[in-house]
Amino acid sequence: MLVLTCHACGVTAEETEFHAGGEAHLKRFGPGSSDEDFEEYLFMRANPKGVHFERWRHANGCGKWFHVARDTMTLEVFGSYSAQAFAPPEELLSRIEDRRPGWRGQD
Amino acid sequence: MSTRLATGGRLLNKAKPVNFTFNGKNLRGYEGDTLASALLANDQMLVGRSFKYHRPRGIVAAGPEEPNALVNLGAEGRFEPNARATTTPLFDGLQAASQNHWPSLEFDVGAINKHLSRFLPAGFYYKMFMYPRAAWKHVYEPFIRQSAGLGKAPKATDVDTYEHFYAFCDVLIIGGGVAGLHAALTAGKSGARVIVMEQSDHWGGRAPVDGGTVDGQPVDKFVDGMVTELETLENVTLRRNCMGAGVYDHGYVLGYERLRDDSPHVQGPRHRLWRVRAAHIITATGAIERPLSFAGNDIPGVMLAAAVRDYLVNHGVSVGDRTVVVTNNDNAYLTAIALKHAGLDVPAIVDARVLPQDSQLMEQAKALGIRVMMGHGIASVKGGKRVTGVEICAQAGEGAVLEEISCDAVAMSGGWSPVVHLWSHCGGKLRWDTTQACFSPDVDNPPLGADGMGFVTPAGAASGVFALDDVLNDAFAAADGVMTSLGFDVPRDLKSPEAERRQDAPMMPVWLMPQGASVKLREKAWLDYQNDVKVSDVRLAAQEGFVSVEHAKRYTTLGMATDQGKLSNINGLATLAGALDADIPSVGTTTFRPPYHPISMASIAGEARGTVFQPIRRTPMHDWHDTHGAEWEPVGHWRRPYAYKQGGESTYDAVMREVTNTREKMGLLDASTLGKLIVKGPDAGRFLDMMYTNMMSTLKVGKCRYGLMCSENGFLIDDGVVARFDEDTWLCHTTTGGAERIHGHMEEWLQTEWWDWQVYVANVTEQYAQVAVVGPNARKALEKLGGMDVSKEALGFMDWADGELGGFKVRVYRISFSGELSYEIAVDASHGQAFWDALMVAGHDLGVMPYGTECLHILRAEKGFIMIGDESDGTIIPQDLGLHWAISKKKEDYLGKRAQERSHMTDPNRWQLVGLETTDGSVLPDGAYAVAEGENENGQRNMQGRVTSTYHSPTLGKGIAMGLVLNGPDRMGETLIFPGTDGKEYQAKIVNPVFYDPKGEKQNV
Ligand SMILES: [Zn+2]
Repeated sequence: MLVLTCHACGVTAEETEFHAGGEAHLKRFGPGSSDEDFEEYLFMRANPKGVHFERWRHANGCGKWFHVARDTMTLEVFGSYSAQAFAPPEELLSRIEDRRPGWRGQD
Repeated sequence: MSTRLATGGRLLNKAKPVNFTFNGKNLRGYEGDTLASALLANDQMLVGRSFKYHRPRGIVAAGPEEPNALVNLGAEGRFEPNARATTTPLFDGLQAASQNHWPSLEFDVGAINKHLSRFLPAGFYYKMFMYPRAAWKHVYEPFIRQSAGLGKAPKATDVDTYEHFYAFCDVLIIGGGVAGLHAALTAGKSGARVIVMEQSDHWGGRAPVDGGTVDGQPVDKFVDGMVTELETLENVTLRRNCMGAGVYDHGYVLGYERLRDDSPHVQGPRHRLWRVRAAHIITATGAIERPLSFAGNDIPGVMLAAAVRDYLVNHGVSVGDRTVVVTNNDNAYLTAIALKHAGLDVPAIVDARVLPQDSQLMEQAKALGIRVMMGHGIASVKGGKRVTGVEICAQAGEGAVLEEISCDAVAMSGGWSPVVHLWSHCGGKLRWDTTQACFSPDVDNPPLGADGMGFVTPAGAASGVFALDDVLNDAFAAADGVMTSLGFDVPRDLKSPEAERRQDAPMMPVWLMPQGASVKLREKAWLDYQNDVKVSDVRLAAQEGFVSVEHAKRYTTLGMATDQGKLSNINGLATLAGALDADIPSVGTTTFRPPYHPISMASIAGEARGTVFQPIRRTPMHDWHDTHGAEWEPVGHWRRPYAYKQGGESTYDAVMREVTNTREKMGLLDASTLGKLIVKGPDAGRFLDMMYTNMMSTLKVGKCRYGLMCSENGFLIDDGVVARFDEDTWLCHTTTGGAERIHGHMEEWLQTEWWDWQVYVANVTEQYAQVAVVGPNARKALEKLGGMDVSKEALGFMDWADGELGGFKVRVYRISFSGELSYEIAVDASHGQAFWDALMVAGHDLGVMPYGTECLHILRAEKGFIMIGDESDGTIIPQDLGLHWAISKKKEDYLGKRAQERSHMTDPNRWQLVGLETTDGSVLPDGAYAVAEGENENGQRNMQGRVTSTYHSPTLGKGIAMGLVLNGPDRMGETLIFPGTDGKEYQAKIVNPVFYDPKGEKQNV
């Protein structure tokens, strides 16, 4: 059971207080989009063994969504950041780079 | 004979005799006994029958690793199967019974299986019971059910109580042996918050039995001193009878404390589940002795050498008058020496090793006059229900008998395995220690925490050091390192105490005795006692191609019993490696999973039983319903009246009465459970246009509109009436139980997709009580209450208005889910009951009756209104339900629109909603399928539709149903066949789903 910190209210709590929301930073494709784009958006998810950016909701707390950067293999948590962001903050990315040298080049 | 000695037994209180029964026999022990030690003291060596061959089995171990001594404990509400005698504390009145035998322990019919053992090899179940398929139900399954299984499941409700504890600490130490206690003292004196969990009821682990001196005093005194000192530290919590059961992500640990297992009639919870978050965990879990694999190693009287020593020293029990010790290491000599000191006979120590010179312990044994046979092994144990002797052979040979020694017990030791389970639970890696032939924690690859650092540190024997001084040094180093990493200052004067050093000779790995044992011997050399797996089985598995350890484990069932292979894993692994001609580390281990040792299901449930299993949501009128005959139906966490029974009527009759009364006179429905979400803000209209398939931004203030909500995948997820309150405020009704889910759905889109839209959503479901006043007399009743104008002109169908009725501040929606004249009226929740009472009074002369959810269902089905969860099941789109009118064509976008454009969603062959009417007026079975011509590729009948809702309609006097049918709307009048599970075939005609008042005249008056 993970320990996470809610970016919205700052509470650090047990995983049972949160609700996982899957991969972060998806771009929505609506009417008019191609079948391929829509399929990609609705069904295809990264499943990395390692650094992953994901959405969580503080469901049994402040109710707010936030983002978490986490290692799916070691369960190391690199940090939380706002749900209202299109990409992880640069400061977090460099922290991950410190912990996983060369990680950024692997995309 | 096993018996109680006149002296000894450091854990016993001989002033307190205890009476107990085993298989109905009255026996006696002492306070401080375990059930196992007390059974041995009464010469009850035979305790059960093995799983597959029903071989007689005796006690092997003295701790949780015991594979054989599983018993049924207690009776009725305190009955518990598969309790381990070795971990069951004895108390006055304890009742135990052996398991897995018939008709009796002494004479067991199933033991005939042992003569069939050639025919019950590894993978037997897979091979034998695969074909023919038809034999499964009547031949194989009854046979397996009869012969398999250990204890019986309890039938009575557990009368005890259980609880959960939540705790946080800097260091959690699992294991209260010398290593754990010393680590606790180091951490405690450094100022850390420490919890120590010890699974047994005494401190010190093996050390007091194995002896030695620390700082010049006997080790048991040293242990007492550490405990006394720890008790003075306020930052240290000591728990005995508390097992570290599992280590999980980020330092989460489950502890299993047994509070009343030794005193069942004392008030208070029986078990306590500790849910601990620890910054760091020290596993001081010790080590477990391994058996040796020789023929007949399962005959009652063959025990682990350390267990023989434990029973002798801890409980003053001699397991036999003449004990042969067989070993591959020095440690077992302690048993021989202890037995000799107790005045018992040790005819020989059979040692597989050949050593250049005698070690300290070997010299001691010889000085006591014990015969030491180096380079020898046991070819076979003699005896049936009890050991009568051993045949000695050369370890290097194939088992030619050199000599027979008569004895009534065998103490065996195959070396020691560190208890690495808790280290491994969360990903700690292992390394193979060649010198000691065991897996020990690879400290460079620990389980990692949230910060990416290791959060578990092994200490003492658990880390693979076995000598007393090494154990203490290791524990100090572990605690010192942990304290430093957590930022605590370890006091300078703290250091590891000096323990006397004993020079032991190295052990020698022995995986089979003798090393060249013949097939005949291998077939009697047991690896897993509980699951009846022998050396020959593992070899056969390897031969048949099960080269992965995980596969071989499942094929042979090695290590899959309730002891999870605590004794058998390493021996099994080594046997597999030998058969594959591979080395042990390359074969690898199976996965260690929590719990370390079985814990009670009740402790997992804790307090969450009966009425407090989960919270129940009650409407303001709940108690009134309860006193007026309500039969309750759970809907989400809510309880709603299903029907209100009057006098002696049946539930069915009550429902029929409620339907007729509502249609003819007037009914009241408690609709408070409907979800109510306020959506407000400059962008609220735009937002609701995305949430619903129809247009909500154009809804006029003062009006209501029925809306459908879909997921982004296009499927229908909720429906309800939306009302517009003012320019930027809407109220969205959701289904009962849907409020939280739909609120979450809205928040998700607002927070994560359209976060720049100015919208606020509030769930006000519980702020209001809501009553549906339904039926031809509804208006008259409201007029009787007096207040606002509720006429058709002032408040038309699908209007809403604020006002006052009978002195209550109300909001009235003229909406109808029944097809009748209907007002849904919201009042402040606190006025709910009073308002309901007022309606009952006002309606008294108008024929008012309350109605429940089943009546609501029939009313809506008669009108062809869909119900989320009946007509929809997560695979249904609104288009399937003929709801095109509620899907906006004008909107560019709404959630689900793109998905509904996919080819599969626009397929004209999707099943469509229709009404169904049986030709004979009977009621179609719910969920029944309509069959079509032909068969599919699996040889099953083709289908062309299914029933989604089905009722008897008292209004129409016949069965009515809704269903989804292939091209249904184009097939009106056609008759379909629905085979029922009752063997009958039902014929039903496809009709319009609106059975009652198709023009909608009654609701619009
Ligand atoms: Zn929060």
